[in-house]
Amino acid sequence: MTTTQSRRTFLRVTALAGGGLLLGSYYQPLTRRNRGAPADLFQPNAYIRIAADGTITIIAKNPEVGQGVKTMLPMLIAEELDVDWKSIQIEQADADQAKYGRQFAGGSTATPLHYDELRRVGAAARQMLVAAAAATWTVPESECTTASATVTHTATGRTLGYGELVAKATTGSVPDLKSVRLKDPKTFKLIGTSVPGIDNPKIVVGKPLFGIDVKLPGMLYAVFAKCPVFAGKVAGANLDLITTLPGVRHAFVVDGGTALNGLLGGVAIVADHWWAAESARRKLVVTWNEGATAAQTSEGFAATATQLSRGPGAKVLQNDGDVDAAFAGAAKVVEAGYFYPFIAHAPLEPQNCTAQMKDGKLEIWAPTQNPQPGRELVATTLGLPPADITIHMTRAGGGFGRRLSNDYMVEAAWIAKQVGAPVKLLWTREDDMKHDFYRPAGFHFLKGGVDAGGKLTAWKNHFVTFGEGDRVASSAGLAATEFPSRFVPNFRLEQSLMPLGVPTGPLRAPGSNALAFVFHSFIDELAHASGRDPVQFRLDLLGTPRMVGTAQAGYDAGRMRGVLELVAEKSGWGKRALPKGTGMGVAFHFSHRGYFAEVVEVTMRAADTFKITKVWVAGDVGSQIINPTGALNQVEGAVLDGISEALGQEITIDRGRAKQNNFYDFPLLRLVQAPPVEVHFKLTDNSPTGMGEPALPPVVPALCNAIFAASGKRVRSLPLSKEGLKWG
Amino acid sequence: MAITLKVNGQTRTVDAPPDMPLLWVLRDLLDLPGTKFGCGVGQCGACTVHLKGVAIKSCSIPVSAVKGAPITTIEGLSADGTHPLQTAWQDIDVPQCGYCQAGQIMAAAALLATKPKPTDADIDQAMNGNLCRCATYLRIRKAIHRAAGTAADR
Repeated sequence: MTTTQSRRTFLRVTALAGGGLLLGSYYQPLTRRNRGAPADLFQPNAYIRIAADGTITIIAKNPEVGQGVKTMLPMLIAEELDVDWKSIQIEQADADQAKYGRQFAGGSTATPLHYDELRRVGAAARQMLVAAAAATWTVPESECTTASATVTHTATGRTLGYGELVAKATTGSVPDLKSVRLKDPKTFKLIGTSVPGIDNPKIVVGKPLFGIDVKLPGMLYAVFAKCPVFAGKVAGANLDLITTLPGVRHAFVVDGGTALNGLLGGVAIVADHWWAAESARRKLVVTWNEGATAAQTSEGFAATATQLSRGPGAKVLQNDGDVDAAFAGAAKVVEAGYFYPFIAHAPLEPQNCTAQMKDGKLEIWAPTQNPQPGRELVATTLGLPPADITIHMTRAGGGFGRRLSNDYMVEAAWIAKQVGAPVKLLWTREDDMKHDFYRPAGFHFLKGGVDAGGKLTAWKNHFVTFGEGDRVASSAGLAATEFPSRFVPNFRLEQSLMPLGVPTGPLRAPGSNALAFVFHSFIDELAHASGRDPVQFRLDLLGTPRMVGTAQAGYDAGRMRGVLELVAEKSGWGKRALPKGTGMGVAFHFSHRGYFAEVVEVTMRAADTFKITKVWVAGDVGSQIINPTGALNQVEGAVLDGISEALGQEITIDRGRAKQNNFYDFPLLRLVQAPPVEVHFKLTDNSPTGMGEPALPPVVPALCNAIFAASGKRVRSLPLSKEGLKWG
Repeated sequence: MAITLKVNGQTRTVDAPPDMPLLWVLRDLLDLPGTKFGCGVGQCGACTVHLKGVAIKSCSIPVSAVKGAPITTIEGLSADGTHPLQTAWQDIDVPQCGYCQAGQIMAAAALLATKPKPTDADIDQAMNGNLCRCATYLRIRKAIHRAAGTAADR
């Protein structure tokens, strides 16, 4: 269906609809902002601008945090629009829900949410340009082709550049997005080719790009000292001294609230430059009201969890078959307790945000993964209408889930409003380490049973996690369907909760980054207990290729078998003779719509020292790798990130606060430690899905299983450094 | 106090407290934001610049200690962004978030200046002070080899 209406008519319709969207949130042919647009500009939707001089600009809608969407999403549009990548401009969108729908970086969702939609956006614009050319030549549209931003009438060889068609295209009909014709993937020219990151040229010469690089005329610089115990309040501070220190313009107390993800209490110091503010902070003395959570400790959580594990779980999440009967009849029964710690995100660009309050309106520049809830938080906290808040999304120096929370945004906004000048708030690394939304710790008390044939018949888990009442802390939950649920005939999952006064939140592959370690390590224990090959044991557990569960929330056993078999083949599993002290470990995990199986090879250099010699990865994210260089970078990064977490990362809670400070006590992987990573994608007839997360979870258990194979030491608690195991 | 610096071949005078780390002078007073803040304690290398051709952590050196000495930042590594490392970084598509990469390139440039044909062990040693949270290490190594015209030896 084609909706024929002039631009002007459409504008009226839009206005009558109160600015509502006619063609869906991802596609607004004309926005209010277009009313004043010059006639020589073709802007068929919020994503594409074509000027009469032929300049083509594609808007990147989502925040870029290193996952590559500022390149990959515009590729989808450019492919169908039929323009040359090197000849177009890419522009980062502001946060604007009316124009772009939800804009966020999370859950590896950019590909599954946009693979069809953004190609349709490009195809619709192309169709309008073809129609304009056909009308100019009075020929059927079907006789016209496009390439390199040019329409060609094949029979006569006449051509018109997209820029030349702008005036006519703006008065043409608007195609229906749902029925617009998309290219046959076999004819893709851009999708499937490696396109380097769009900002690389700026990155390698140090051009300003990131939130921390924002500079406004008359801007002041702020630090914000919060109570080390989460949500503690300021009782008193030596502000009289602080305000006299060199360069300091303002120092004041922020009362703050009690919500851990909102504005918390602290002292703001605002100065002529950041070092002046930071220097003054080093002389700041605050008396805190630390509040009720100041007695929390990691040791206390562990003791409580152990105590809870002795009784039945507070809640039964899943109960299939009869585990007790199955254990009674099992040939082998294994029991084990598993633990993983709190960990921080530690993106390399510390939290920062620049804000300016002017004429009652607020303008924000933020490296955020999630601007829209940020706008709501700022609006509520400052008492401003959301419409009076503009958010510019800067490139972010890493996200990993940390910047899904907008605490630093509301702090900057509050301080800028108090000060009445543009302010850049910048945290220290210590602020970031001590005020994160941590990956929650967790405790699993497992019992597994294998029958005489070596088949896993019974699985019981008492999961002790954090929360109160029915509310589980953020990212601390476990879905009843999480593997091996539905694959073991007798399966029982119980859950108990402990109260928590520590902020938690999603970390890259939330839930999965910890659960894969527990479940695939324990599966490995069961495989060894039954004397079976760990790959074969897992293939038997997966069973015949089939969809388990519904199509929406299902688990495709066949796709997982495919990557497991592929990684076994590529790594030479069971085919290579390994020297004593060298071992291979395997694991797989399904998360974020992606199927990944990984093998790690480890060599013990001493009883307590190991080296990872290689990692093999097989992944199935559907039929198409959109940008192979970006995809490979994500997989390599995710694998090394998982290794980094496992080696030595832990946030310890002591006296209600995070003990760790900086990279000297919260280590990140270094170059010398990075093993080669061999990646294979298995293309399957499924819609393409995301790359940022699903490659991470399997590497942690594959590493621990390799350590077992190499040394006989079973790791049931992370990080490895606390288990007396170090890289070397 | 007024301090005169020699940055990227230019003489610049700033009014800064003597204990102000070079990093903040570069970023906030001289408008050279390519040098990044990551940890403030010399652990991550995001702030790496060259002082008399040697890679240093600019977050951990007071500005008063570098008066008059030649300083090179990422902005001054090459006139037009075509240092072999800057080219290799783009050819290999090294960056993910990109935040650490200026520091990585500066550390690698100091290595190549003294060892034009580095081994993997040389790279391990020279790059050990530079963290990449996105873990682009495999590509960093590859890009250094590319720029140097060497092959990985392991």
